Amino acid sequence: MFQNIGEIALLFWRTVLALPLIWRQRAKVLDQFHEIGNASLLMVAVLSFFLGGVIALQTGPVLAERGLHSAIGGLVGISMAKELAPIMMSILIAGRIGSAFAAEIGSMRVYQEIDALRTMNINPVHFLVMPRLVAIAIGLPMLVTFAILVGWLGGATVAQVTTQIDVPFESFFENMKNVVGISEVLHGVFKSFCFAWIIGVVSCHQGLTTRGGPRGIGRSVTKAVVNSIVLIVLFDYVLTRLLLH
Amino acid sequence: MNDNGTTQHGVSVQVRGIRRSYGAQEVLKGIDLDVRPGEIFVIMGASGSGKSVLLRHIIGLEAPDEGEILINGESIHSVDVASKYRMALVFQSGALLNSLTVGDNVGLYLSEHRLKSPDEIRKIVLDKLEVVGLKGTEDKLPSELSGGMRKRAAIARALVIEPELILYDEPTSELDPVSSVVIGEEIYKLNKRIGVTSLVVSHDRDLAFGIADRIAVMHEGEIVALGSTDEVKRSHNPIIRKFIHADFKRQPKA
Repeated sequence: MFQNIGEIALLFWRTVLALPLIWRQRAKVLDQFHEIGNASLLMVAVLSFFLGGVIALQTGPVLAERGLHSAIGGLVGISMAKELAPIMMSILIAGRIGSAFAAEIGSMRVYQEIDALRTMNINPVHFLVMPRLVAIAIGLPMLVTFAILVGWLGGATVAQVTTQIDVPFESFFENMKNVVGISEVLHGVFKSFCFAWIIGVVSCHQGLTTRGGPRGIGRSVTKAVVNSIVLIVLFDYVLTRLLLH
Repeated sequence: MNDNGTTQHGVSVQVRGIRRSYGAQEVLKGIDLDVRPGEIFVIMGASGSGKSVLLRHIIGLEAPDEGEILINGESIHSVDVASKYRMALVFQSGALLNSLTVGDNVGLYLSEHRLKSPDEIRKIVLDKLEVVGLKGTEDKLPSELSGGMRKRAAIARALVIEPELILYDEPTSELDPVSSVVIGEEIYKLNKRIGVTSLVVSHDRDLAFGIADRIAVMHEGEIVALGSTDEVKRSHNPIIRKFIHADFKRQPKA
């Protein structure tokens, strides 16, 4: 376990050192960015719309019963921005993109493609890892920003159409404006930026250390997703604690 | 390649007392070899004799438990050897990058190291693909090629590097006899044209005796014979005789 942590930290550091080569690898970054962003957009929209909606549905009637209609917008707004959008989208991306990273790099390892790169004096960290990490580090915070907006929309829609809540659109957003500012949104976006690095580096590390045949690739994919999710939840607490101050 | 663009000198390879074990199994049992600059050196041996493992050690993909490998007197694991000498390994499986087209695979070394302009790279790629008989495949994906075609594309990728040391891991396996001869001739021509040191691992006797300057025969992790093709052919070692003269023995019909 400690060896893995050391290897992951080393891979992270090597990727950071490779960042000046980003312009040279821009085509690969764009390819990955398209995969992460564009291909995930619909899924993110559906998930966050219903997440926002379900928070409004769960909390709205209880608050409305106590005459706290005006708090619903703020509650949905802050929970989506600071917690639900960053963590749920990161878990989604860990499953969708982290698994793809581990599978792609893992199969390249098993079928000697990475060895072939090394014999051509092409550094696999520059060629494979850095473009993926840069793409996810840009793509995930953008997806989370989008998810926050759609989540708010979902919450507002549910608050308006549910008779037990009955808060109009304008009032929902008026109330939200009083509670949620740009710093709350940035809080969530910053967390997702950190989670992106976790997903990227953990998944690429799993890929690079894949052993055996197709079974080994399967094992790497599972480990990449599970380890990423565990670390996301762990770091979520740590980052929330730190950002509280 | 030198300034006039015609010939270059290959590098020498010294293998000194290489030992390597995987778990309890010792695969390389103290190998000593000297490959001279510019020669075609073939390592022959039965499957599982440790030939491919030795090749992976020579190009620095694996580190031995004991012993060292020197390229022109410098350890293969020293920091600047990889950037100082152009080396290429043609993998048995081809090891083409499946996400890239055949053309991008062949030109990868030049494009990643920014050695030529994209137009020049395309010209070189088309030229090398034609050499190995793969004209018109540059826009295909490796998955659209047969096993033999993938191997030929891997050879084209190695040719593009214009290496000082080129290692071939079973270059003619999966190839039909005609293609085998073409590849064998290409290995020979490349060696003569640019003076590249060529180290070929194969159990193809025709290829070995057809192109080799010297041959080493491996058996169970050890070198059991080393010499010119004639010396190896004349060897009285029963292991070598069995390997060289292995043939079908059909019982005549009653």
